[in-house]
Amino acid sequence: MKVKKKTIGLLIYFGILVIPIYWMLNMSLRSNADILASFALYPKDITFVNYLKIFTDSSWYMGYVNSMIYVSMNTVISLSVALPAAYAFSRYQFVGDKQVFFWLLTNRMAPPAVFALPFFQLYSTIGLMDTHIAVALAHCLFNVPLAVWILEGFMSGIPREIDETAFIDGYSFPRFFATIFIPLIRAGVGVTAFFCFMFSWVELLLARTLTVTEAKPISAIMTRTISATGLDYGLLAAAGILTIIPGVMVIWFVRNHMAKGFALGRV
Amino acid sequence: MDKWGNNKAWFLVLPVIVIVAFSAIIPLMTVINYSVQDIWGPGQSIFVGTEWFKEVLNSYRLHDALWRQFLFSGLVLLIEMPLGILIALAMPKRGWGVSACLVTLALPLLIPWNTIGTIWIIFTRPDIGLLGVGINSLDLLEVPFDHTAKPLYAWITVMLMEVWHWTPLVALLAYAGLRAIPDAYYQAAKIDGASAWSTFSYIQLPKMRGVLTIAVLLRFMDSFLIYAEPFVLTGGGPGNSTTFLSIYLVKIALLQFDLGPGGAFSLIYFVIVLFFSYIFYQALQRVGKGAKG
Repeated sequence: MKVKKKTIGLLIYFGILVIPIYWMLNMSLRSNADILASFALYPKDITFVNYLKIFTDSSWYMGYVNSMIYVSMNTVISLSVALPAAYAFSRYQFVGDKQVFFWLLTNRMAPPAVFALPFFQLYSTIGLMDTHIAVALAHCLFNVPLAVWILEGFMSGIPREIDETAFIDGYSFPRFFATIFIPLIRAGVGVTAFFCFMFSWVELLLARTLTVTEAKPISAIMTRTISATGLDYGLLAAAGILTIIPGVMVIWFVRNHMAKGFALGRV
Repeated sequence: MDKWGNNKAWFLVLPVIVIVAFSAIIPLMTVINYSVQDIWGPGQSIFVGTEWFKEVLNSYRLHDALWRQFLFSGLVLLIEMPLGILIALAMPKRGWGVSACLVTLALPLLIPWNTIGTIWIIFTRPDIGLLGVGINSLDLLEVPFDHTAKPLYAWITVMLMEVWHWTPLVALLAYAGLRAIPDAYYQAAKIDGASAWSTFSYIQLPKMRGVLTIAVLLRFMDSFLIYAEPFVLTGGGPGNSTTFLSIYLVKIALLQFDLGPGGAFSLIYFVIVLFFSYIFYQALQRVGKGAKG
């Protein structure tokens, strides 16, 4: 009985979660004039004109490519610097460890509106304006601290006897880290990769500040649908549906790692 | 379980510090620079000391926005944390249901924030939105539902949007934390004949402390800094009823192009977020130690 109640609750929640997305899908399959003319629970004359526009106009589809490039760069950079650092925080005591750990997170706490202006100056000065790497580096400001924090949590859940045993068995640190330790926390690596991807993917202000044309992200291009005649809801909804797809692919790849978690005695 | 004392661990942390400090320190210094000067053009500025800080701190409109912000973030934490944990507990542990749940939970998180606002406009509009048309067809309200009509409606719409958008983040973190608990703990609880509630409060909750700390801090920080979603949805209105702190900041700093007060405002804002995050962090650390002992 109890299990049933849980499942019903979960189904209701997921139903509510999906409805606004369904509404966006509905809008994306209608022309803007049709959307504004009448209320309809489902599209009566399905049209792919909005999607066609995105796939044939390079200023639209390049937005997805640009976002994808800097988001992947950011995820790789964030994970590769955060993994060793998180290990250090979870295993060792060193001068200033607690202070540095908290300082990292303070970098997520600044209101971005005014802080974005100096970013423009900084990246113009070093000649990285309008490049993918500039956005990827700028996003490290909030993704690296998050990655360190999440990974540290997972690493602290692993008993240290595992490290000690491996070192006694003659494993070098890099070999132990790559072949024993990372597989143990792959749930954490999966979650972290997804979160880095997600936060970099949806961030708008810094990405827009640091790009002009060559690396312009999709989230900035989408603001162009606001014209003198108002919003083009159909086009925006289609673009919104398409922004979900890359992230769904990422979570599809890491889902097994997230779900399996960690079981003792696998070593 | 004392940690190994070893200052060589600094070498493992160094790359992180370099990469974060690169984007952190110069912008912070520049904003501090703005906040003590009156700037009216490139190269034209005078030092004004703490004048902007005094002006900003004495502004009653800032106080209004600040209280609104506290109410908003408080509600966000009170609703999203329990709801997220409940969802994580109810989710299946194996089988195809896991993948279905994880992917569905991720959907709202992957939409750019300005688009979230637009989705909720088309979802709640009383003429073309499913929610707007749905509520009004029930004919229960005196004033037809329209988030531009009444402050209360605007708040309800913004809260619905916020809970819809971010509860999945709490649920995903809590679920990952739950899956990291070794089966041995559950077996021990079974042998002891523990009830579902005591399993939750003595095993699951303490073991999830790490991820829940991250979830609380993330939700607090991000909801306190929220900008794009409510700005697109309500524009801060009706009146100023949904003008949250960063919407007000943008009004001052960028639309009126006053970098001085904007800088001072940003720094005060930053210190408030820092202060409360630190309190949450310390409190959650202490709770954890109590539970372990």
